[in-house]
Amino acid sequence: MSIVSDPTVRLRPDDDPSSPATVDSAPIIAPEPFPGRLVVDARDISLTFETADGRVDALSNVSLQIAEGEFVSFIGPSGCGKTTMLRVIADLQQPSNGTLLVNGMSAENARLARSYGYVFQAPALFPWRTIEKNLKLPLEIMGFSERDQQQRVERYLSLVNLTGFERKFPWQLSGGMQQRVSIARALSFDPALLLMDEPFGALDEIVRDHLNEQLLQLWNSTEKTVLFVTHSIPEAVFLSTKIVVMSPRPGRIIDIIDCNFPRDRSLEIRETPEFLKIAQRVRIGLRAGHSYDE
Amino acid sequence: MTSSSLALPLRAPAALARHLLVERYAPLATTVLALVMIWYIAAVAMNWRLVRDGFEREEVPYSITEVISGTMQAERPLLPAPHQIASAFLDSVFGYSPLAPRSLVYHSLVTLSATLLGFALGAAFGILLALMIVHSRVLERSLLPWIICSQMVPILALAPIFIVVLGALGLHGLLPKSIISAYLCFFPIAIGMVKGFTSPGPLQLELMQTWSATPRQVLWKLRWPAAVPYLFASLKVAVTISLIGAIVAELPTGAEAGIGARLLAGSYYGQTVQLWAALVASAVLSSGLIALVALVERSVARRMGAH
Repeated sequence: MSIVSDPTVRLRPDDDPSSPATVDSAPIIAPEPFPGRLVVDARDISLTFETADGRVDALSNVSLQIAEGEFVSFIGPSGCGKTTMLRVIADLQQPSNGTLLVNGMSAENARLARSYGYVFQAPALFPWRTIEKNLKLPLEIMGFSERDQQQRVERYLSLVNLTGFERKFPWQLSGGMQQRVSIARALSFDPALLLMDEPFGALDEIVRDHLNEQLLQLWNSTEKTVLFVTHSIPEAVFLSTKIVVMSPRPGRIIDIIDCNFPRDRSLEIRETPEFLKIAQRVRIGLRAGHSYDE
Repeated sequence: MTSSSLALPLRAPAALARHLLVERYAPLATTVLALVMIWYIAAVAMNWRLVRDGFEREEVPYSITEVISGTMQAERPLLPAPHQIASAFLDSVFGYSPLAPRSLVYHSLVTLSATLLGFALGAAFGILLALMIVHSRVLERSLLPWIICSQMVPILALAPIFIVVLGALGLHGLLPKSIISAYLCFFPIAIGMVKGFTSPGPLQLELMQTWSATPRQVLWKLRWPAAVPYLFASLKVAVTISLIGAIVAELPTGAEAGIGARLLAGSYYGQTVQLWAALVASAVLSSGLIALVALVERSVARRMGAH
């Protein structure tokens, strides 16, 4: 059961005929014309783990539609299933129940078709490869030509402002720079989707602000769909077009909040009343899900 | 340093260099010196009776200093003094043409060839086993106990069996020795490489999965490079073991050449000095082999971004 406690929540129907037929049965709450096709279409996704302490409902009947070009943040306390949701979309974990389409395919096919780039909390660069070679790794695996690899390394390193670091090894870069390399690596093969699991969680506030701005520019210029897991309310509000508020035990969606600042927003919007209003609503959502209990 | 005592600006770096040299080599030199002293004392103590009995047998009057100097140059001492070993070693290394049967160089080369072949065979076999174990749970359960068991049987007991069986199959000379050497040295490599191949973290493995890499790509682009530090650690252990294996293999074969053969001959005829010289040769050989592996390791590590 996806808890829909707010009238502005939109579980959008899809009016693109090329999209999968299962969409027809979607609960239409606030229909509105919808431009993009669905990149993620999750319906009643549940996932239970059997642990030594008994059953854990990591996800319970989560339904979510994400259109092309959106920037969707998942926010919630630990154990709310936001990372699990991302991993399910990435086919790193399989749901126990529910249907899931990623880029119009099953999650497994989407992974096999290299539809997404995944950025973990840690940069997870390969220490024995130079920055350039790290960027080339997915390209080598996917069989890009030598020339194409080189061009992409140049393009994506400049996209994350790291031109000139090609021959450095990861340990010679700061944590923030390493994470930028890992973002460039995730983008290098031009996937439709960018899945980011607390990518800036381990970085300090200043670096984080800076990377948030860069990420927005990247998103704006590449028009990727971004799914972004975070702990931080300001980060979520600043970056997103849509904020998914989640709650633990069982992991579920509490609220889905639209966040329609212009695509080329700047850090200054954080001082505006609209920003604070949305942040407040996220906070209320988190509270409603008893996230502040402990 | 001594002549330029007035050149003040030059003194500081010289003093510094001297300081660094002292810092680097003084502990080692002290240890070696102490060991040599203990050795000399032990040589006197252990050979005392031998020398004194010699004097008494011939009913020659003797003084304590005569006995002490006798213990330093006995022909078949219980424990040869360091300088005796050194001179015997140098003599048998440089005193003959390298291919003469009395040359330690010749015997070392014979053993070295068996060692290197055994090391190569053992490394290949160990890596292959590790690959199989890493890729199959069933193989891990079925192979690992046997691998461990293989090392529980003393090689001295196994070596003659190997020689006989391989001899019956028509294999003589280098190959049986190498196989015994490989039998000993594959073990640390197999164990080390299982650890190395499984060393990549879940993040790196999952990244490969998100790129839908094939198992072969995961092996070559992730598991193999991640295992390189483990490979060299186990190669260093294995290379000395394979030398020991080659020497042990020379004992039951009655080989007429090789460090093992020299050891055997030395112990048959009570030629303790020759025995020790052969031991020194094997120590030099194994240090050289380890140094060689370490050299390759350093150059590989540098190319792989070690810092």
